[in-house]
Order: sequence, then structure tokens, then C-alpha cells
Amino acid sequence: MSLQTSPHPAQVAPASAPFLDVRDLRVHFPTEDGIVKSVDGVSFTLEKGSTLGIVGESGSGKSVTSLALLGLHKGTRAQVSGEIRLEGRDLVALPEHDMRALRGRTVSMIFQDPLSALHPYFTVGAQIAEAYQVHHRVSKKEARDRAVEMLKRVGIPQPDRRAKDYPHQFSGGMRQRAMIAMSLVCDPALLIADEPTTALDVTVQAQILDLIRDLQEEFGSAVILITHDLGVVADIADDILVMYGGRRIEYGSVRDVLTRPEHPYTWGLLESMPHIGGDVERRLNPIAGSPPSLIDLPSGCAFHPRCTFKGWVPHGLCAAERPELLAVAGTDRHIAACHLTAETKREIRGRRAAQ
Amino acid sequence: MLRYLIRRLLAAAVILLVITVITFVIFYALPSNPALLACGKTCSPSRLAEIKHSLGLDQSFMTQFWEFFKGLFVGRDYGDQSLRVHCGAPCLGLSFQTDTPVLTTLLGDFPADLSLGLGAAVVFLVLGVGLGMVAAVRRGKAADKAAVGFALVGVSVQIYFIGLLLLFLFVDKWQILPASGYTPITQDPAAWFQGLILPWITLVIVYLAMYTRLTRSSMLEVFAEDYMRTARAKGLPARKVVLKHGLRAAITPIITIFGMDVGSLIGGSAVITESVFGINGIGKLAVDSVQNSDLPVILGTTLFAATFVVLANVVVDVVYGLVDPRVRLA
Amino acid sequence: MSSTQHLPGQTAVPADGPSAGENLLEVRGLTKHFPIRQGIVFQRQVGAVRAVDGVDFTVGAGRSLGLVGESGCGKSTTGRLVTRLLEPTAGSVLFDGEDITHTPEARMKEARRNLQMIFQDPYSSLNPRHTVGTIVETPMRLNGINPPQGHKKRAQELLETVGLNPEHYNRYPNEFSGGQRQRIGIARALALRPKLIVADEPVSALDVSIQAQIVNLLQDLQREFGIAFVFIAHDLAVVRHFCERVAVMYLGKVVEVADRQTLYTRPRHPYTHALLSAVPEPDPDGTRRRERIRLAGDVPSPVDPPSGCRFRPRCWKAQAKCAAEEPPLVRISGNPDGHLTACHFPEEPSVEARAQDIVLDPALSGSAESPASSS
Repeated sequence: MSLQTSPHPAQVAPASAPFLDVRDLRVHFPTEDGIVKSVDGVSFTLEKGSTLGIVGESGSGKSVTSLALLGLHKGTRAQVSGEIRLEGRDLVALPEHDMRALRGRTVSMIFQDPLSALHPYFTVGAQIAEAYQVHHRVSKKEARDRAVEMLKRVGIPQPDRRAKDYPHQFSGGMRQRAMIAMSLVCDPALLIADEPTTALDVTVQAQILDLIRDLQEEFGSAVILITHDLGVVADIADDILVMYGGRRIEYGSVRDVLTRPEHPYTWGLLESMPHIGGDVERRLNPIAGSPPSLIDLPSGCAFHPRCTFKGWVPHGLCAAERPELLAVAGTDRHIAACHLTAETKREIRGRRAAQ
Repeated sequence: MLRYLIRRLLAAAVILLVITVITFVIFYALPSNPALLACGKTCSPSRLAEIKHSLGLDQSFMTQFWEFFKGLFVGRDYGDQSLRVHCGAPCLGLSFQTDTPVLTTLLGDFPADLSLGLGAAVVFLVLGVGLGMVAAVRRGKAADKAAVGFALVGVSVQIYFIGLLLLFLFVDKWQILPASGYTPITQDPAAWFQGLILPWITLVIVYLAMYTRLTRSSMLEVFAEDYMRTARAKGLPARKVVLKHGLRAAITPIITIFGMDVGSLIGGSAVITESVFGINGIGKLAVDSVQNSDLPVILGTTLFAATFVVLANVVVDVVYGLVDPRVRLA
Repeated sequence: MSSTQHLPGQTAVPADGPSAGENLLEVRGLTKHFPIRQGIVFQRQVGAVRAVDGVDFTVGAGRSLGLVGESGCGKSTTGRLVTRLLEPTAGSVLFDGEDITHTPEARMKEARRNLQMIFQDPYSSLNPRHTVGTIVETPMRLNGINPPQGHKKRAQELLETVGLNPEHYNRYPNEFSGGQRQRIGIARALALRPKLIVADEPVSALDVSIQAQIVNLLQDLQREFGIAFVFIAHDLAVVRHFCERVAVMYLGKVVEVADRQTLYTRPRHPYTHALLSAVPEPDPDGTRRRERIRLAGDVPSPVDPPSGCRFRPRCWKAQAKCAAEEPPLVRISGNPDGHLTACHFPEEPSVEARAQDIVLDPALSGSAESPASSS
């Protein structure tokens, strides 16, 4: 079984090609110190109407992946290889001119910090209208009306008046709504949200996540949500892809991955954060060390220097050999890359439950 | 906005007053004696005292300053009953050397500075921003290296060197242009233009370098902003991303510097250019007045230049408020 | 970091801490108004940002109090007032029995030794030109403390205490990662053996896997040395994990305060309910169906806060009384001892899902009625 290169989840019947099919995506940046392998062989699939959560820490390659989906590495020093098949078309091979026609129209993006992602010198309405006008032959007036309509849809009160305001006159939550309005103005088939709520307060975050879900139902788009917060993923995503050092280490449905995580890094992520209903007497179980350097990734399993359980694997295999992504028994599309055997994991789980 | 303007203009007046006081104090503290200069070689003590009196130098500092200050608003009368000279408000005083009102001299020289400064400014702004943008877009490539190299040369060479070189080539060697000098545009537009071409080129070479560098670095900074990525993510063509989203943001720091430069250029700061090309402008007037310890002219040129710089500052701030919606002028 | 080295020269306080009731920090009516000035020539005050507007709380020796709330609620300002980085406009701060509200800077030395602060941003709160050793030693030198083993030795011990290599004494902050820098900041705060540490968002700038390391470290230090904490954070789960007692702030006021068990399971203030219901949990099964409350709009401006109850304009239970009368922070009926709520019409003490979700956001109202609104 060659699961290493198979994109897997979301696609149950391989009869028809998936809406989005990313295969062995690599994004490398040559620098003076060496090649930074920000994304190093990532594959996944996504269907319309479903949501994929990409999870990882800073430097895991999650944001670089999203920029590759928009083709924003074109014309830079980045070396992109692999395939990004969107409705059958390979975006990696697409020339800049054709990619530009897709940007904002078929694939659009919500950025993390709406204050810096919106232009400070143009009104919010003008920026949204511009996004519409790039791809549609409409008059200024029509584009403006469309912008106001979108602002209204995302819940901005008095949209007609607020369209004339500048981004700095909006609150954080309202700015992110405006950003969402801008990214949805052309009814994109694929929406990428890069940490869309990280800069926001928790009650506003809940509003925005609900709004994204709501709009997804209405427009039927596919959504990729990039975040470091497993809670946010659980809230909104169907599938989850956990990245570490630019590679996939675990991939499956949200239910499978979060209820039965298979990779020690995923365990670590879940156990290192306190939960709102958790046991306060229980110590947090942090992941030792810090995220790795992308220039000089550890040999074998990139996570092994931080892994508590490498001792359970014989012959120092973790440092010597890169583990393959293998299917988890008893699930249809849950894969993880770890040398620990199912038996050993069962034992570890047993011990930890007993603690 | 109006409230802001009033406040800024009031502040400008205070700054000018302070500058007047400082100039006055410095001059007062100087060891040179203008009366002695005016007296000439055959000078008797009584003649010296007479001159001192007529120049008002025998009065106390406060009196002298007050007379000057009053003259700014109501004008002033000079000399004795027999030889009365009236200097109307705003009176900057009479030149010790020529006995003409300073303001008259200043206004007479001003068109030269205005022509020189504004003409050069328009060219170096347009060229500098254009070159800087090309350099930023082609960062690290040949065009960028050429622009950066050129900028480095422009910053390094001195005005008199370029000026004299140009004069030598165009006037002496090739004889394409007439020996320069300033002709008022009202008198002969062609001569006005011919006389100013070389000074303009000189100033442009010097300032262009700075504007190219400034635009390039400002542009590169803006390119790294998130909103530029957003603009590309919308599907805007690269040209529009740079010209609309990029330039709009990058131009603001340039406006500030440009305003100051124009203010000081037309206020007479192009001294060296003026003297190289024999243009009788305010810069040259200022230099001459210092050599002659001609206090009223020193004061006049200083105040005149300061007024332009201060006003340019106010204009820059107002323009800034119009360009950047985040700046509230209140 | 499973265990912490003993901090030399300080006797360990038993884990249960000194007897309760003995207040190390007592804050009464704490207020900070930042003036807004305007004028053509002379600037006159035309208003004020009422960042903190009458806050009361106490922290017992060796205890921890959490301050939670959203941006603009005044929690960070409160922290800065307590450590006197800001001068209070009104109210009083009693620390260790001494009123330090308006103590002049020169006489703050004594209090400063016992009252330290840890900042959010481990990148900007350390001077990049100083070595780690200098950074950790400076508070000792400034306060004229000469440890018997010498400054360097002591600084190295402190570095070891916070889990750093003492040999890194001569390195500069830029050679360390974010988590390690935060450890340096903690070592600096520990240098004077403080009785109270005000930690302002100490983990929110760090990567998820690093946050737990720092939280554990702080918890070890607290237990080992009996340090009291005022722990300021927007992350409700972290605050619950760290603090025995938690105060919820909204627009410059404390709206509810209780021990963590009560506050997180039996909240009474509608805002606390909304806050808790908004926290996303990595629990795809949703074993415990939680209530869903989605507020509309944003926190109003602290320049001109609403009359009466400040949460009133966004509250689904607001009535005329809420606009007319400011609810006092008191023990309302049904609350256990020590649970104070500032509300005229308190909620049921529960966070379980209600018969109907509360969705006030106009953009979401469509989905409110739809049966598929389970989350």
C-alpha cells in the first residue's frame, strides 16, 4: 500500500477526481544558509462544501502551503514542485497570467491580521468593490453596490455608510468581517482562511467562525482553515491535517484524529493546553524543546528530538528512518507517520490512563 | 481642519519669532563691527560714532530688537529729517551697505530662486520616484544595481564639481549654451530657460539620487506589507498592485521630504548652485550679507528662508492629512 | 521541567500557602482615566478614556487571582496600576499592609522588591544590548542586594531555576527562542524573591507547545516559593488552570468574581456566560453540550461607557433598570460564599446548553432557527 503519496481523506469514492487534489507539494526557498524546506511533500484532498483544518506551530509550513494554493510564490525565489489540482487543472504549472484570473475569483483568502491586510489608504467599500471589478466587467456603481451587499451579508450594520469608512475606523471583529466580505465577493469555490481569528477576542472569534460556517453552507465553497488552535479546528473542520517541519505527520477526519490521535506530536498538542472542562490538578504535559529549523531538519522523524516515546521504538529507528504515513487500523482514512507500533501505542495509552 | 490650520499657523509665527531672536542675539554677540566696515579706510572716531548712530548700533539690544520688531508690523523711518527713508510694513530694515529696504532686495531676487527651485524640484521628484520604483520592482537585478550605483555617485559628488563640469562642457567646450545667468521669464522666456538648464541639471543630479534611494527603500518596505499580498490575492495585475496600492502608500514619506526641500530651495538654500552659475538669488545675497556683517540683510534672508521652510512644513502636514486617512488634523 | 531547583536563600512555603484571609494585596476602587485633550493654543481636557473604573479585589499571600476579559476591558492597565507602572487616578493599592497608591518613585524600592511583573512580549521586554546575566542581575544591583555568593553566581542559580543553562550567562537575548526569553524575564522577576508577581499575558505570544512549559514553570515557582500571582490573560482555559480565583472584567469593571470551579461551572453574569460559551474546545464529540451564545457587535468605547450596567447594550436580558442603576458587585442570592456578581437579572448557574441558543449577531440570525445549529 503506497500511502506515502496518496492524498487520501475526504475522497471516499475515487471514481471522480476530487475538487482539490494536492500531491507531494514542495515549497523550497534557497537562502545563503541553505535551502529552507518550508513545505516538503504535502498531499491532501478536499471536496466542495467541506472544510480542512491545517494545524501546526510556527514554521510548520501551514501558511506557506496556503500561499502556494494561491500561486503567490510565482515570480519569487521560491521553488514550488508537486501538483495542486483544482477541478483538474494543475495550479503549479499554470502561468502567472492564468493564475491571476483564478486569484480572488476561484481561490480566495482571508488573512490573519485584517488591520495590516487591508490597505490603510482606501475605503473598505472601495477595496471590496475593486476585488469584484478585477474579475467582472461591471460599472463602478455596480461594484460598489455589490460591496455594500456583501458588507450587509457579513453583518456590518449600516453597510452603506460603513463602506465609506477606512479600515482603521472599524473594530477588529468588523475588519475581519470586511475581509471575509472581500474574499467572498466573487463567490470563490475555494476559500483559504489563514489564522482568521487569532488576532480576535474569544466572543468575536466565535462570531467569525459561525459566520464562515454559515457562508460556507450558503455558497457551498470548500474551506481550508489554517490554525494552531485545535479547538477552532474541532469547531469548524471536517478533516484535519497536522503538519510538523513542513511535512504531514497525521491526517484524517476531525473525529478520528482528535478522539484517537496517533502521533505523539498530536498527543502533545492536545495535552499541552489546558481545557476549559479539564482537571485543574493535572499538570500540563508540554512538548519538550522548540520547533525545528527548516534548513537542517532532524534526521528520520523530524519530531524525534522532542518525542518522549522514541525510547519505545527499537534500534534508534526514529533518528535513522523517516516513518511512512500508514493507515490506522479500524478507520477508513486516518493516516499517521510514526514508528510506534499499534501495540506499543495501546500500552502507552494504558499507562497514561492509569496515571 | 480649520482649527488645526489656525493652530499650526500660530505655532509657525512663534517659531519665526524665536528664529528672529536667535539671529539677533548671534549677530549681537559677533565680534565684527558693521559700522567700521561702512566707515571705510579713512575713519575718524567721530565719523564712526556718527555711522553707529545712524545705523542704530549705539542703542541697547532690547531697543534695537524692539525697533526691528515694530517695523515688521507698522513700518519704520530711517535717517535724519533731511534724509528721511521710509520703509513700509512689513519692514525688515535697510541694508547697511546699500540703504535699500531689505524686503525690496529679497523680492527682487526671489523669482530667480523660485524658477531655480521649483523647476528642479518637479524634475527630480518625477524622475526620482520613477527610478526608485523601477529599482524596487527589479530588486537585485541590473536595473536596480544601475539605479543604486547612480544614486551613490549623485550623493557623493559635490555641487560645484558637477556645476563647473557642466559649465566647462556646455558653455566653454561645446558652446551649446550661452554663459549662464538669470533672465526674468517676463523679459525673455527663451533666455530664462537657457540660463537655467544647467543649474537645473546640477540640482537634479544631486537631489535625484536621494529621491531614488528614498523611493526605492520606501517601496520595498511597502512591498513587504500584508496589504500588498492582499492586493495580489485579489487577482490584481502586478502593474496595478505596484502603481495603485504600492505607490499610494510609499509616497507619503517622500511628500514630507519633498515639501521641506522645496521650501528650503526656494527660500534660498541653493547657495552653491547660485554662485557657480552666477545667479543673483537669495542664497547669494545671504552669503554676501554675512561677509559684510549686514545685519538687516542677514536677518531678512534668514527669516525669509525660515518662513518658507515653516510654511512648507504646514503644507506637508495638511497634504499628509489628505493622503493618509488615519491622520486626523484636529 | 518537572521539578524546580530550590531557590537559594529562601525558605519554601508549604504548598497550601499561608492562611487565607491574610491579604497580601488589597485593591479598592482602583481607577485610571487617561485624559483626552484638545484645544487651539491651550489644551484642555475634553474627556477621558475610562480604562479602569473602580476595581476591587484582594489576593492572599501565595494565592493566585486571574483577570480575564477581552481587549479593552482594562485588565492590563489594572496590572500596571498594581505594580505602579501607572499612577492610579483614584482608589488605593495596599501591598503587604502598606499603602503604595501614591508612594513617590524614590520610596517604592521596598515595595518593588516584593512586587514584580512579567510581560507578554518576550521580544521587546528584554534589552537586546545586555547579556542575560546583566538582565537578571540588574534588579539586585538597583536594589543594593548583595547575595553572599555574589551576583554572578546568584544569577546563574536563577537561570537554572527557570530551566536555562547557567553557562548561557554571557549570551544576548537574540540568541534565545521566545520560550527561553520568557524564562529570562521570569528569572529577572525572581531575582528579588518577590512576594507577588503580576503576569500580563505571559504565554500568549508563544507557540502552543511552549505555552505549557511556561505555565508549568510558573506553577512550580508558585508552589515552591509561595509567590502570589495576579495572572492576566484572555485565554480562559489557561486562567482556569493557573488561578484558584478568577475575576471577569468588562469595560473597566469587574463584573463577576469567584473561585474557578464556581465561575466556570455556575456563572451568573450574562457576559461570563457569553465568554465561556465562545471558547472552542478540541472535543469533536461534544460530550457535554454547552450553551451557545453569540453576542452582537463590539465592546463600546471606554470614553463614553453606557449608563448603569456597562454590558447592557449587548445583553439579552437588559431592562430599564439596567440603564438606570449600576448593579453593585455583590453576593447575589444563590451564590456561594466569595462569589460576587454585578447583575440585576442574573442567569441560571449553569453552562449547559439551553432550550434555545442565544444568537444576537444579525449575520448569524438566519442560522439561529435552523435545526443544524449544533456545534
